[in-house]
Amino acid sequence: MGLLRKIRTTGRVAEPAPPRPEAEQPLAAGELRGSVQVRCVDAGSCNGCEIEIAAAFNPLYDAERYGARLVASPRHADVALVTGPVTRNMAEPLRRTVAAMGEPKLVVAVGDCAIDCGEFAGGYGVEGAVADVLPVDLAVPGCPPEPDQIVAALRRVTGR
Amino acid sequence: MSAAVGYAAVAGQVVVVGAGAPLLTGWMRQVRARLEGRAGAGVLQPWRDTRKLLRKEPVTPVGTGPAFRAAPALLVATTVVAAALVPLLSTDTPVSSHADLIVVVSLIALGTLALALAGLDTGTAFGGMGASREMTVAALVEPTILLSVFALSIPAGTTNIPAIVTGAVHEPARLTSPAGLLATAALAVAVLAETGRIPVDNPSTHLELTMIHEAMVLEYAGPDLALVELGSQLRLTLLLGLLSSLFVPWGIATSASWAGLAVALVLFAAKLVLLGAVLAAAEVFWAKVRLFRVPELLAGSFLLAVLAVASSYFLSGAS
Ligand code: SF4
Repeated sequence: MGLLRKIRTTGRVAEPAPPRPEAEQPLAAGELRGSVQVRCVDAGSCNGCEIEIAAAFNPLYDAERYGARLVASPRHADVALVTGPVTRNMAEPLRRTVAAMGEPKLVVAVGDCAIDCGEFAGGYGVEGAVADVLPVDLAVPGCPPEPDQIVAALRRVTGR
Repeated sequence: MSAAVGYAAVAGQVVVVGAGAPLLTGWMRQVRARLEGRAGAGVLQPWRDTRKLLRKEPVTPVGTGPAFRAAPALLVATTVVAAALVPLLSTDTPVSSHADLIVVVSLIALGTLALALAGLDTGTAFGGMGASREMTVAALVEPTILLSVFALSIPAGTTNIPAIVTGAVHEPARLTSPAGLLATAALAVAVLAETGRIPVDNPSTHLELTMIHEAMVLEYAGPDLALVELGSQLRLTLLLGLLSSLFVPWGIATSASWAGLAVALVLFAAKLVLLGAVLAAAEVFWAKVRLFRVPELLAGSFLLAVLAVASSYFLSGAS
């Protein structure tokens, strides 16, 4: 019963939707039309970016309302959300994950590390940025990027 | 004239279940989202997902065989046939004499089996694990569905589902008897397990180790995945519809008339919307039970079904 009271007193916590991002949709996303399944790949991040991605899907930011959903298998996914610099051990799994996705597919690099190795540039275990391993369609800068920026990038893909 | 109404009723059932299934899923997700304080993706989201999946590139993993390729179509086909047979809108249709309880349950079981074989066929660790779990659950659930409807078929004297429903419409006392109530409880738990809802399985889980249904379909992509998802949405709608037909049968057309059919259509939609909202709300309050406790839960519901049959037999024997 405590839960019932909590639900009634809390009401809606999702923040009002910000206006739709101005930037145009990446080309491959045109086919998706309001439904995007997302698979996260941690290619060697410090987990800061993962926490922000999790926050983007919490009730407050509620990325699901724009039609994005996290899924458990790359076969179900349209978007690979890659975080962190690509380490030597994760380069091949990352390539295989993206190869397992059906067309149309997009790769979104989340965080400074994924864009240009950030904190970890020059590390002995680092193979390179995501763009050195795979073609990247969209990048979300920041260390870590704020949830609204991740949501805005996902909205550019869903077009909602 | 009456034959035309009958065929219209069968077509109506298939269309309503087919078109309504994604909407029911979207509605349940929306109710859930609102209770969690979210805005929600909207009732039409499952339709958008299906539309997108149908346009995606089909992927056939290396090493998969006919079982993997045939399963999505088989799952949808068995469910559509069952939806045509079960009296959702009308008990007086050209196919109602074939709508035997055992036929309907075996159609549902055939869909489950096809998907389990597909899970094994992928040869991945999670596919096999999901298949073995699904069969464990199915082995406990199918007898429960059979027995709980048997409890209702004893007073009706037949296992023909339309006849059971017609009998209950004319004699509502059958439903409020101890046997009717026990059978309701047993069937409700069985339906939750069969459709992979909380507390048996979590339809939105990302944790492979806790998956049952999801683990079997991890390898499907594109149009095949669209069929698999549509199939599981259809099963949810069908089984909730069966539950409502058996235990709240009022409004189902018992004779062939257009007006009766229209009323049945509206009431069926209303019942499903209500049932879906109740189920979604209940899922917010429940946690998924540990996998090793699932057989206990299902054995409990089987026990209820056995009690329902026993009380139905002895109480109707005494009168
Ligand atoms: S961008 Fe920052 S938060 Fe993200 S993985 Fe790199 S160091 Fe961690």
